[in-house]
Amino acid sequence: MEFMGIERDRLHLSWISSAEATKFVEVVNNVTEAVRALGPNTHFIKNEAKVA
Amino acid sequence: MVGYIDKIKEISERLLKDGKVDMVIGFRKGTMPMMNEPHRVKSADDVKNLVWDSNCGINLANYLTDRKEKIGIVAKGCDSRNIVTHIIENKIDRDQLYIIGVPCKGMIDSHKITNAVSGEIVDVVESNGEVTVKGDGFEETFNKADVLQKNCAVCIHRNPVIYDELVTDLVEEQADVDRYEDVREIEAMSTEEKHNFFDDLLAPCIRCYACRNACPLCYCPTCFVDESRPQWVGKGDDPVDIKTFHFLRAYHCAGRCTDCGSCERACPVGINMRLLTKKLEMDCLNLYGWEAGLTLDNRPPLDTYKPDDPEEFIK
Ligand code: SF4
Ligand code: SF4
Repeated sequence: MEFMGIERDRLHLSWISSAEATKFVEVVNNVTEAVRALGPNTHFIKNEAKVA
Repeated sequence: MVGYIDKIKEISERLLKDGKVDMVIGFRKGTMPMMNEPHRVKSADDVKNLVWDSNCGINLANYLTDRKEKIGIVAKGCDSRNIVTHIIENKIDRDQLYIIGVPCKGMIDSHKITNAVSGEIVDVVESNGEVTVKGDGFEETFNKADVLQKNCAVCIHRNPVIYDELVTDLVEEQADVDRYEDVREIEAMSTEEKHNFFDDLLAPCIRCYACRNACPLCYCPTCFVDESRPQWVGKGDDPVDIKTFHFLRAYHCAGRCTDCGSCERACPVGINMRLLTKKLEMDCLNLYGWEAGLTLDNRPPLDTYKPDDPEEFIK
């Protein structure tokens, strides 16, 4: 995805076991922070077709 | 290259006459110049229609999927690697096949030649490393090396990796080719440039799916682009849908693509969608030391687990 022009920090992949609540919180916080720093996404957005 | 055909015919005829195979898959002359088409020969009388020259770029492994009969198949280096992939993926049995190996010196790029001349090409003749094209009021000769398909120019597996009989001696493999120059050029771009680059690259795509149909790896009974319940991706020409189709198609080929170039060759508008599959091919090589279709003995990286698999991308 990065190769096609999506910022590296916009897409995250993580393995979290259902027992790893703390890791889950940590990852979610990191993801939110990273994406917030990038600002709103401008690519790969599809607008609904306008119906007259 | 041109002289191989006698041997191909001889082998095919023998196989069919001896009843060793039910059909031979090779090429016959296409209805358009520079576009030879796949041909299934089922009787010895039909062998005369087989041809071989530098317009046989389509990957014949595509025609093996789930066949039940005994098949003789003409295979260049890349076809043989896709045959290996087919065997590994249980799409055909090795015992069903008699592989007629053709050491290959590269196929010519019909898009390149068509773009280089001004009129419609009606005839193409090949001799001594030169390709001459003729049309209404013009005739032009190219050095074959200059008009090779892009993937052939950087090919390092010209010889079949698996075969029962060869039509000629093995050819020397190209050394010192930089296979991934184009991929690195894109990697060096900024996010914005990458995005714009692929926007431009894929803009002419008409979603005809010729690239998918020409690829031996794309054998799912219903492709994700054709599904409507659920509909994974829009079917129109919205640029986002086009991109989604292309990067997902490429992902489905990860660790399997042999860079045979059939997809690019089949595209009516000349899109180099191989840039996407090549990036994945390069990653497979760098991360897992894997090149698709070289051996029947190893499982591909995406269906095996090793404790030391790279995992930097998992956070
Ligand atoms: S994706 Fe293209 S180059 Fe790769 S195996 Fe399929 S047709 Fe060949
Ligand atoms: S063959 Fe070319 S035009 Fe057709 S779907 Fe593929 S990239 Fe698009």
